[in-house]
Amino acid sequence: MDLSGANLRLDSFEELAIPLFDQLYNFAHWLTQNREEAEDLVQETYVKALKGFSSFQLGTNFRAWIYRILRNTFLTSRKGLKVTMTVPLDLDKDEEGLEPAIEHDTPETLLLARSNHESLQGAIDELPVHFREILLLCEVEEMSYQEISETLAVPIGTVMSRLSRARQTLRNRLRPNLQQGAGLRIARGTNHGL
Amino acid sequence: MVCESWKAQLDTYLDGELPQEELRSFDSHVRNCPSCSADALSRVQLKRAIHMAGKRFTPSAEFRKRMQQNMAPKPRRRFRLEWMLASAAAVLLVVGTLTSTYLGNRSGRDQVFSEIADLHVATLASSSPVDVISSDRHTVKPWFQGRIPFAFNLPELQNSDFSLLGGRMTYLEQTPGAHLIYDERKHHISVFVFQEQSLPSKLSDNALQPGKLSFNMETWSKGGLRYFVVGDASAADIDRLAKLFKAAS
Repeated sequence: MDLSGANLRLDSFEELAIPLFDQLYNFAHWLTQNREEAEDLVQETYVKALKGFSSFQLGTNFRAWIYRILRNTFLTSRKGLKVTMTVPLDLDKDEEGLEPAIEHDTPETLLLARSNHESLQGAIDELPVHFREILLLCEVEEMSYQEISETLAVPIGTVMSRLSRARQTLRNRLRPNLQQGAGLRIARGTNHGL
Repeated sequence: MVCESWKAQLDTYLDGELPQEELRSFDSHVRNCPSCSADALSRVQLKRAIHMAGKRFTPSAEFRKRMQQNMAPKPRRRFRLEWMLASAAAVLLVVGTLTSTYLGNRSGRDQVFSEIADLHVATLASSSPVDVISSDRHTVKPWFQGRIPFAFNLPELQNSDFSLLGGRMTYLEQTPGAHLIYDERKHHISVFVFQEQSLPSKLSDNALQPGKLSFNMETWSKGGLRYFVVGDASAADIDRLAKLFKAAS
């Protein structure tokens, strides 16, 4: 379903919002890390979105709009305020000082990662919320940089740098797991760790 | 080191965000550079892994059902709500009748306006003000089919400040009718539609502020139907919504 503004007719709120229910819930649960809070967050998002639907501008992106409502609602909740207090100050700093990207990854190590959902989910869970949300919007929701920029209300340059830092942080956190896993699965003596 | 500048853009390339003019040369480089192609493959694998791992949570059946009920009511629930609504309306009518008897000096017209205002307030005070929750007139209008003995048109709200919140059945002087609730800059406005011939009180078309209540109200008759628009919005806003209805009917 194309939810971009170009094809937006006088569609009803339900027509646009209901297909996003499962995705919004998944995103809400990742943010809140709690089922009940995720349900409350989704419900509040729908109520706010319905109330504000008259202010939604035709021709703009509905998906980004409702995700932004959900995210803002989360950030102003008690838990949201708590997690944002722990956001690192250099969240959107340039890549300077970052370790080089994974140059020694091999398909074997990543096949291993693929088979280990739980450790990957754990690593995503442990990411700071601003890294977690951008990674999920890009990789799970498959939003374009433009959509992410609208959802998070940040410039595209920030989307790119924050995404890069989120990926790098995730790789760093996966590295010990993968090395440990590789030690078990891959013959000793190979140099396939992350 | 040679590939550093390419690798810096590898994620953008894999996210499909590289400008078209750079895509061909990037493609060609990645295909011919073992280091970059291995790196690209690893990153793609990780992207896929995150994609799969990220689809982790699904709403419970109970929550899904609750939300569905909120968005579009189930028939059984509707029946129950209708019954409750009918009872509530009957109570309101009894109260209205008793009030009218005791006061004795209210004209039929004033009584109707007062009851309309009462219905508006009582509905907004209710925990479930609408039985059909929808911003879509094409959902709300058919909902009334078989519930009220007439049909009516809902206006197009595009480019207006009004948004439809939903509707419910209502009764006025033992006459069934439609009650629609609109939102306008945080003001809730009710629109009531009844069959003119079924209403015992004869009314004239008016824009008025009834009695001591701080509501604005407008009423008119068109096509055999009697319309009331009431709310705490300004008289001009009430009139704008009334005009939209007049144009649609």
